[in-house]
Amino acid sequence: MDLVSILRIAMRALARNKMRSSLTMLGIIIGVGAVIATVGLGQGARQAVQNQIAAMGSNILFVGSGSVNRGGQRTGFGGTKTLVMGDLDAILKEIPLVKEGAPMTSSSAQLVYENQNWSTRVNGTTPAYFDVRVWPVQRGTVFSQDDVEQSANVIVLGTTVATNLFGTTDPIGKTIRVSNLPFRVVGVLVSKGYSSGGMGGDQDDTAFVPVTTLQKKMAGQTWLNGIILSAVSKDASFAAQPQITALLRDRHRIRPGMDDDFFVRNMADFAELQDQSSKTLTYLLASVASVSLLVGGIGIMNIMLVSVTERTREIGIRMAIGATEDDVQTQFLIEAVVLSLTGGFIGIALGVGISFLVTNLLGWAVLVSPWAIGTAVLFSMAVGVFFGFYPARKAARLDPIEALRYE
Amino acid sequence: MEIMTKEQTVTPSVEKSEYVIRVEDVHKYYQLGETQVHALRGVSVGIKRGEFVAIMGASGSGKSTFMNMLGCLDKPSSGHYFLEGTDVSKLTKQDLARIRNHQIGFVFQGFNLLARTTALENTELPTLYARISKEERHQRASEALTLVGLGDRIHHYPSQLSGGQQQRVAIARALVNRPSILLADEPTGNLDSRTSVEIMDIFQTLNNEKGLTIVLVTHEPDIARFAKRNIVFRDGKIRKDETVDARPVAHEVLRTMPAVDVDD
Repeated sequence: MDLVSILRIAMRALARNKMRSSLTMLGIIIGVGAVIATVGLGQGARQAVQNQIAAMGSNILFVGSGSVNRGGQRTGFGGTKTLVMGDLDAILKEIPLVKEGAPMTSSSAQLVYENQNWSTRVNGTTPAYFDVRVWPVQRGTVFSQDDVEQSANVIVLGTTVATNLFGTTDPIGKTIRVSNLPFRVVGVLVSKGYSSGGMGGDQDDTAFVPVTTLQKKMAGQTWLNGIILSAVSKDASFAAQPQITALLRDRHRIRPGMDDDFFVRNMADFAELQDQSSKTLTYLLASVASVSLLVGGIGIMNIMLVSVTERTREIGIRMAIGATEDDVQTQFLIEAVVLSLTGGFIGIALGVGISFLVTNLLGWAVLVSPWAIGTAVLFSMAVGVFFGFYPARKAARLDPIEALRYE
Repeated sequence: MEIMTKEQTVTPSVEKSEYVIRVEDVHKYYQLGETQVHALRGVSVGIKRGEFVAIMGASGSGKSTFMNMLGCLDKPSSGHYFLEGTDVSKLTKQDLARIRNHQIGFVFQGFNLLARTTALENTELPTLYARISKEERHQRASEALTLVGLGDRIHHYPSQLSGGQQQRVAIARALVNRPSILLADEPTGNLDSRTSVEIMDIFQTLNNEKGLTIVLVTHEPDIARFAKRNIVFRDGKIRKDETVDARPVAHEVLRTMPAVDVDD
């Protein structure tokens, strides 16, 4: 029998019990919808993290002050005071794979402009920082190398700080007080928005001053919290890592066998880690959702068994007029597949719909890939074949004489 | 019309190919719970092309078992059944299904049409399993329905047709694949007397004009008389096998019967 005829027969058989068919499909609809939506959410989250990391640059390296062992007591990261500007200069001078670098040190401070005030983290760095992070100003300029050398009281604001202190007023050239010191606002950075995945909240809630100004006038410290470096390429960032480690161990006079008092992190490693964790979460969600697909499949099997019993006589007639076992089996298998596949398609529509809803209402990034849709189609078809097989086999094995006699 | 004496089967002088059906010493056993039922106890019979045979017998006489076997729905426990020279008793289920499709047309007592399926689609059903092109399926089904006088009702559903009309659809369905034999199991069992004669009229016409071989099971002697030959079963054996004398012509009988409105 040709496929078109089989499909027509299947459609008609299913249309005969519309309520029953739709309820049976509902299991698959919910299953597929849930899988599509959760995978979409998971992939969306991954994409968002990847985009942020890509925006920062995959050739970025971090050097942070590490932990130190003082007579058996180990401090946490940031517990050492050994990382200094000299280290940055040495890296830039001796490791050609590193293109640029900037110090990172910070202190929290209260910023005051007229009757407005705002508490934020003030970072001390050099102009190179804005190049490394690819973070330009939207107004004004960043401070200069001269400002760094003279420990000038100049400040560059993130948009969140600028908005909170100045509202609609143009901040450029205005003087604000930072920890009771007057600073001249020279620039406002472009907005970077919120960051997720452990990078920490509103990236625009920040301000930058020359590293020397922060060290001498505000924090009173000589050491750095970290160094941000950009390598000439992504591959170079991997190659540079051990070189930096070796150089800093030498400069900090760490004997072989002793722990580093700093750490070097690669952005690519960080990306990998982020990716891995969101992947795991996606798989977890998807596997929970696919349980409902399994339940849906059992529903199909159940209803197909009922259908075979109800239509025993029809099966008998078909066999008497020449349907082979294969014909009967195919017919019922196709019916199950039509059920599951129709459910699958509606489920995909539902899943995509939920994804859009989540994107619009909650603002989460959702990514429904063609790959996920293709898998859902194949999977729902497989569910139909798997759970339809036994009822179809049962129908095909009926004895035509018995089946014809069935009331 | 040939004459066969009681329990006599194939005579050596007759060419084998003349026989559409040839049954040789067939036995059939059933396991019914604990007891074994011996339904057919050595049946031998030959039916030639163009014959019109009525099989009679009380319930339990083995006539239904015999019909199921003729229809290739069942295989004999022992003995041979040749259909158009092929020993059916040796075939697989798949082959039997093909034979039922191509060589046998079934008409049942309860019509056995598919509900919510038009007369045309019901008639087309066997052609679906015969892998015939869509156009030809349609053509053949329309022709078959016209042949049984339902050319104007091809899009009616069984629920919109009278019993007689439903049985005609069933006959059209049985004929659509141009079978060698038409097997009818109590085709008039659910019909009133006039409609029964109308069905017999169709059978006689098909037999006379198309030369179709027909075997029908009935327990009504009046109906059996429309056939050319009557075989009577009792206790799993053929007890009587005789040619019908003074056979009525259904078409003429109809004229003497009062018209029944119910049919339309």
